[in-house]
Amino acid sequence: MKYSYFPGCSMEATGIEYAKSLNYVNRAIGLDFIEIEDWNCCGATAGHTKSHELGIALPLRNLALAEQQLPGLAMAVPCASCYSRMKYALQAAHSEEREKFSRLIDMPVEGSVEIVSIMDIYSVEKTKTAISAAITKRLSNLKIACYYGCLYSRPPKITMAHNIENPQNMDELVRLTGATTVDWAYKTECCGAGHHVDIPQESKPLLYRIYKNARANGANALVTACPMCMLNLDMRQGAVNKAYDENFDLPVYYLSEILAIAMGATFKECGVASHFHPAKKLLQKENETKEVV
Amino acid sequence: MVGKNLSLLPDENKQKIESLVKKAGAKLSDCYQCGKCSAGCPMAESMDLMPRQVLRYLQLGLLQEALSSQAPWICATCQTCSARCPHDVPIAEIMEAIRRQADQMGIRPLRRTYLFSKYFLLPLKLFGRNHELTLTMFYNLTSGKLFQHFTYLPAMLKSRKLKIWPAKVKNRLAVRKIMENCEKEAQNI
Repeated sequence: MKYSYFPGCSMEATGIEYAKSLNYVNRAIGLDFIEIEDWNCCGATAGHTKSHELGIALPLRNLALAEQQLPGLAMAVPCASCYSRMKYALQAAHSEEREKFSRLIDMPVEGSVEIVSIMDIYSVEKTKTAISAAITKRLSNLKIACYYGCLYSRPPKITMAHNIENPQNMDELVRLTGATTVDWAYKTECCGAGHHVDIPQESKPLLYRIYKNARANGANALVTACPMCMLNLDMRQGAVNKAYDENFDLPVYYLSEILAIAMGATFKECGVASHFHPAKKLLQKENETKEVV
Repeated sequence: MVGKNLSLLPDENKQKIESLVKKAGAKLSDCYQCGKCSAGCPMAESMDLMPRQVLRYLQLGLLQEALSSQAPWICATCQTCSARCPHDVPIAEIMEAIRRQADQMGIRPLRRTYLFSKYFLLPLKLFGRNHELTLTMFYNLTSGKLFQHFTYLPAMLKSRKLKIWPAKVKNRLAVRKIMENCEKEAQNI
């Protein structure tokens, strides 16, 4: 299966582990992501706070490029913020605003590209079967709280998501590895996104409540499919522990890292080695106790 | 809101509010003040006005009060309010429209939030891509938080999560042109 690919800025920087592990999984199951040439930043999250026009035009240039370069392919967007902006742009391309935006980006655009997330792609029946077949380790000691965050679900008018309060597609994928997924209340609560930079005191409670609810429901790790959520949940866990005099110990993994590990990737190959919150120990325990199904 | 004589509000407020709300694709009379938006808002505890109150101010014609509120700047655009509103009011879009309007008028009740957005867009204009180091440098220098995030720096550089040199789009001019076009367009409306 082939997809056009909009990595987004974080895949080359803060989300480097996401890129590594996606690559590993895609190779293992024979998925082909073809990067859109000369793509630009989608503007999230500052673009749309400046103007409606900027919030649409920046992602729209990428849609137009994809239509030119890779017509007919659905566009894989691994970051929740980029995914949301692309979907907004797509909707604008289908509205009476199309001509205006085509003028603003100085490119023709049809809105013929389908936007898909990694969860969408991996949940396709054929791909799911391929993932199952490539999995060689059972991660049965993991009790995962799947953290979807905001923008894969909301707003439903843009995402067209059906189950916005209690989505299941990531849970189903994680369970393919033999891990358990827990029922919990903060699946789609906000992590605070960029506000951890400008209003950190006001944003810390958001992370605190997420960790607290995950732990209360028996999770020993979190899984996400968004580089922004990952950065906040992983990098700031120490600061939240300090601020609340807590001892949360919840390693955070990308969905693709968990799948890659279950497919036999080393920590270095899939990126788990470079997390802020120690993420290897839990998996090592795993690998010692249960080898191969 | 105590002590406001609502009958003395200028009519032009009403028109301005109508155009602002229309831009957000909303209708003010759709809000019947149930408060579900505010109950589910993860940032509400830090807001000076609850999302419900912001809408109420607009309904009453108190534009200036809404524009100078911190709430639209504290809003994280998580969209929980819009998704849960029983009457389909796009509250997050309204918050965003208020923030944009205030920003254009130079009303920035949360200076650091304003600075973060401002410098977020700087590398985009220069390189066509985001660059965390440029953003952090300018933000830290201007926000009075000079050493914020310094403790993360060594690990981020080591794991290459922070790049010294920015990634660049080949056709940077096209991206810059788009940004300029949008600025002009937004001012015209």
